Amino acid sequence: MVKLILQRLLQMALIMAVVSFVLFLVFDSPKFKKQLAVNDLGGFAVATLTQSDYQAWLAAKGLNVPFYERYGNWLVGIAHGDFGRSFQKNEDVGFLLGRALVKTGILAFWVFALMIPLALVTGVFAGISEGRVQDRAITFMSVVFTSIPEIATAIILTVIFALGLGWLPAKSKGDGLEYIILPVLTLVLYDFGYVARMTRASVAEVMTSQYIRTAVLKGIPYRRVVMKHVLRNALIAPFTVIVLQLNWLLSGVVVVEVFFQYDGFGKLLLDAALFGDLYVVQAATLAAVLVAVLSQLISDIGYTFLNPRIRFS
Amino acid sequence: MSMASDAAAAAPAPKPGEGGSEVPVLECRNLCISYFTRAGEIPAVVDFNLKLMPGESHGIVGESGCGKSTVALAIMQYMGKNGRIVGGEILFNGRDMREMNEEELRQIRGSQIAMVYQEPMASLNPAMRVGDQLAEVPIYHDGATKEEALARARAMLESVRLPEPDRILRSYPHQISGGQQQRVVIAMALLSSPKLLLLDEPTTALDVTVEAGIVDLIREIADEYGTSMIYISHNLGLILETCDRITVMYSGEAVEVGTVNDVFDAMRHPYTQGLFASIPLPHADKNARPLVAITGQLPLPHERPPGCNFGPRCDHFLAGLCDSGEIPMLPITGDDRHYSRCVRIEEIDWQAAAGEGIVKSAAPPGDVVLKVDEMTKHYEIEEGAIFFAGEKKTVKANERLSFEAREAETVAIVGESGCGKSTFAKVLMGLEEATSGEVLLGNVELGKMPVEKRSPETIAKLQMIFQNPFDTLNPSHTVGGQIARVIKKFGVEKDEEKINQRVLELLDIVKLPRDFAKRRPRQLSGGQKQRVGIARAFAGNPSVVIADEPVSALDVSVQAAVTELLMDIQRENRTTLLFISHDLSVVRYLADRIVVMYLGQIMEQGTTEEIFSPPYHPYTEALLSAVPIADTKVKKRHIVLSGEIPSASNPPEGCPFCTRCPYVIEGTCETVPPPIRAFGPGHLIACHLSEETLKAMQPVIQIGEGPIPAEADRDAEKGEQVSPVAAAESERRSDV
Ligand SMILES: Nc1ncnc2c1ncn2[C@@H]1O[C@H](COP(=O)(O)OP(=O)(O)O)[C@@H](O)[C@H]1O
Ligand code: SF4
Ligand code: SF4
Ligand SMILES: [Mg+2]
Repeated sequence: MVKLILQRLLQMALIMAVVSFVLFLVFDSPKFKKQLAVNDLGGFAVATLTQSDYQAWLAAKGLNVPFYERYGNWLVGIAHGDFGRSFQKNEDVGFLLGRALVKTGILAFWVFALMIPLALVTGVFAGISEGRVQDRAITFMSVVFTSIPEIATAIILTVIFALGLGWLPAKSKGDGLEYIILPVLTLVLYDFGYVARMTRASVAEVMTSQYIRTAVLKGIPYRRVVMKHVLRNALIAPFTVIVLQLNWLLSGVVVVEVFFQYDGFGKLLLDAALFGDLYVVQAATLAAVLVAVLSQLISDIGYTFLNPRIRFS
Repeated sequence: MSMASDAAAAAPAPKPGEGGSEVPVLECRNLCISYFTRAGEIPAVVDFNLKLMPGESHGIVGESGCGKSTVALAIMQYMGKNGRIVGGEILFNGRDMREMNEEELRQIRGSQIAMVYQEPMASLNPAMRVGDQLAEVPIYHDGATKEEALARARAMLESVRLPEPDRILRSYPHQISGGQQQRVVIAMALLSSPKLLLLDEPTTALDVTVEAGIVDLIREIADEYGTSMIYISHNLGLILETCDRITVMYSGEAVEVGTVNDVFDAMRHPYTQGLFASIPLPHADKNARPLVAITGQLPLPHERPPGCNFGPRCDHFLAGLCDSGEIPMLPITGDDRHYSRCVRIEEIDWQAAAGEGIVKSAAPPGDVVLKVDEMTKHYEIEEGAIFFAGEKKTVKANERLSFEAREAETVAIVGESGCGKSTFAKVLMGLEEATSGEVLLGNVELGKMPVEKRSPETIAKLQMIFQNPFDTLNPSHTVGGQIARVIKKFGVEKDEEKINQRVLELLDIVKLPRDFAKRRPRQLSGGQKQRVGIARAFAGNPSVVIADEPVSALDVSVQAAVTELLMDIQRENRTTLLFISHDLSVVRYLADRIVVMYLGQIMEQGTTEEIFSPPYHPYTEALLSAVPIADTKVKKRHIVLSGEIPSASNPPEGCPFCTRCPYVIEGTCETVPPPIRAFGPGHLIACHLSEETLKAMQPVIQIGEGPIPAEADRDAEKGEQVSPVAAAESERRSDV
């Protein structure tokens, strides 16, 4: 297990190194630097810039040194907790990233708090009544919600609740709870279908297993069969999926955050990528990979612990 | 109708064994069960009748798919989503179970009727401790507290003779062995003293010596508690050992019902007769009693012929009579409730043998073709600790194997799971490298030559037939194409025309129609696939063929045909056959020499005659005693081993068999590897027992009424059956 964790962390470091190196490399082209200048100063200003002024601008942004040197400096900086400065916002990347992560964290918390119980209850219910009307209805619903893209759900919800009924703000530019209801709802609707279907499949499979037959033919009440025998085995797979949703939330919510103007991690990453804000992109990528590897790790460890067959082998 | 069952329910509980007017524990009347699939209704069981009296044991025997499990689950009223009882009734203690509601059923299940399943591992909840799973029965049926329930579970584990019951209560199912799991399932079934016990192939997944222990336990339960039992099996020998009455099923129908003695000795249905003629018995070989295969194959449930289901395969088929209308169960006059589903009972000469087996003369063996010398294969494994890298362990899969096989000879390698049979096959095939020692094929050393390094001729000379024909054929290529590829690969023929010619020849040899060359594997039955597997193995004119349990995955009635075919081809080509098996009956039937393995080591080797008669290695003796024999005239000495086969990663230092050996010499066997004693050329026994002691052993299997010496102490001491010879031996030892 220790080996596994070390392996994963090493893997993560390697991915990070390669990605960041490639980014720095791509970023070193004169064309890209020019583009950055245009983004920063405006197209007109850049066109009138003299060569020496442009060099001065590059020096001010620290772009005049070879990329490997910048890369080295950046690595040293990270070792000291310094992620560099944002070209676009002229702020500490660490601070920007921290703020965005907190906001996305709040979003994620509410999504999970609603989605998990909803998905599990409907999934289990569908699974134990596999093939019957209840199951068909639930399955149909989750397929529908999952196949509508988040952007469409977001639009529909906005049209109904913000523009139509006027109950909720259309843009999430504020700190109150009412500002995150729509984005949370959009994400829950999209994601619950997926998790519910996973849960249903897992429960349905366990229901046909021989040990459930044993439990039923042992003559214990049906409720006990489901609660004690089915769930304990059937929730192992959904657990791992749920943990992996963390990863999805971090990078997959870009569309939703941008749509609702919610200043979270997705929006930060998108803005930075469009602007060419190298240090922000780098730091955000780092954070995303970290979350991806960590959630994978948690789900693996959890799987091992929930599964006595692996735990005691 | 309801009046009748009311009356039955009101009757006073009959005493077991009273006979006459008792209420049957279970009665199935004209039971019809169907599964409903996309392809339509599949009538899995048709017109099934059964009457089980208190204390009676009733066997149901039949090949896979004939509907045995369906009957058992229907009795439990557990038909899955797509199964349904479409006709007839099931009376339990006189009450129709079909009229009970869910709650009534729940109260009966697990308390009045309990079931034991074929696969103990799959039948236990993997995520729940054994103790908790057992405790549920008293808690929910008798309202016991958790503590009481666990105490009762513990006591029951002791009475099914499980060692260390406290450890087992705390274990998860995967932490105990298959035999122990099955004892746990039996304990679970007995916890509420059921009136009726359904056993669905309870020992099929187990090794034969472990099976013997479970069968013993089941018999004891029947004697002690007077539980009525339905014992389902595909093995006639097991039914003989456990049951009073028997139902033979074929393709969804009961074809013959009667007492075990009537059905075994005076069967009155051609299928029953064919079944008996096609199974090898361990006291008869290919010359004394050649197998007679039943022609054709089992019909699928929706492809059953009109009239008699067995018609297309029956030698006595009479057009116009056998294929018109339903065939009813007809009583056999003079016998006790003996019925047969055959309209020609009176006309068939039941004394005549079911077809003539063709007696063939044995091929004289030639020179040594394969020589295995001190071959050893060890695996290094890492013990799975969760957080820290575990220590390395050595699994001794094969330990210093030495034997020879000659041209045209059949050498059987016999042993139970984990004895190293498959590892040995892998080393031969070059899928694993030997750790030390030699394997010589002619003068080529194979032990350290992986398959990539072998020349095409070497590969062609050593071929394998696998247990599961389903896994080894490529589903997307035609049968002919797959055989042709092998021919090309081995360079037997180069010319396209000649290759095709050879493919057709090979199909002729394995007795498949030539147009099968164009078919794909999925269009073939199991037996046909195995014939293709045989054709492939023989495509390159091999000198040695390894057959790993080649017929054990096939239906009983086609096993004989495939076995005979394999033997014919081998005789014709003077091929050396290494036949790997756990089934001593089959081995007795076809082998010239036998190598008995246990836990990676050879315990005994010799000619078939030598292995089956004394002197025996103690393990061979137990193995012989454990084989169920479907013959009422055979008497066996009763030797039941206690305990389980130890893990190959932790074998005993001395004799590998010392943990279970009834003759174990304390202080010697555990620590000192046994010497190899020779009893004539090629008959070797690895054991510390003296030559005199080994020579003084009595035969295990006897035919007829003759006395069986050790039979007397069968009941003397439970658990430890030490024969008088062993007692004498230990006395002799202590004198020294
Ligand atoms: N759930 C099912 N759906 C469809 N067919 C089934 C199902 N279970 C069993 N069958 C069919 O019913 C027949 C009898 O099966 P089974 O009772 O399992 O036989 P046995 O126990 O004798 O091997 C077989 O042809 C099998 O394919
Ligand atoms: S009814 Fe006819 S076909 Fe069927 S078993 Fe009897 S003789 Fe054979
Ligand atoms: S060596 Fe000892 S333990 Fe092994 S078989 Fe012989 S008597 Fe039994
Ligand atoms: Mg079955």
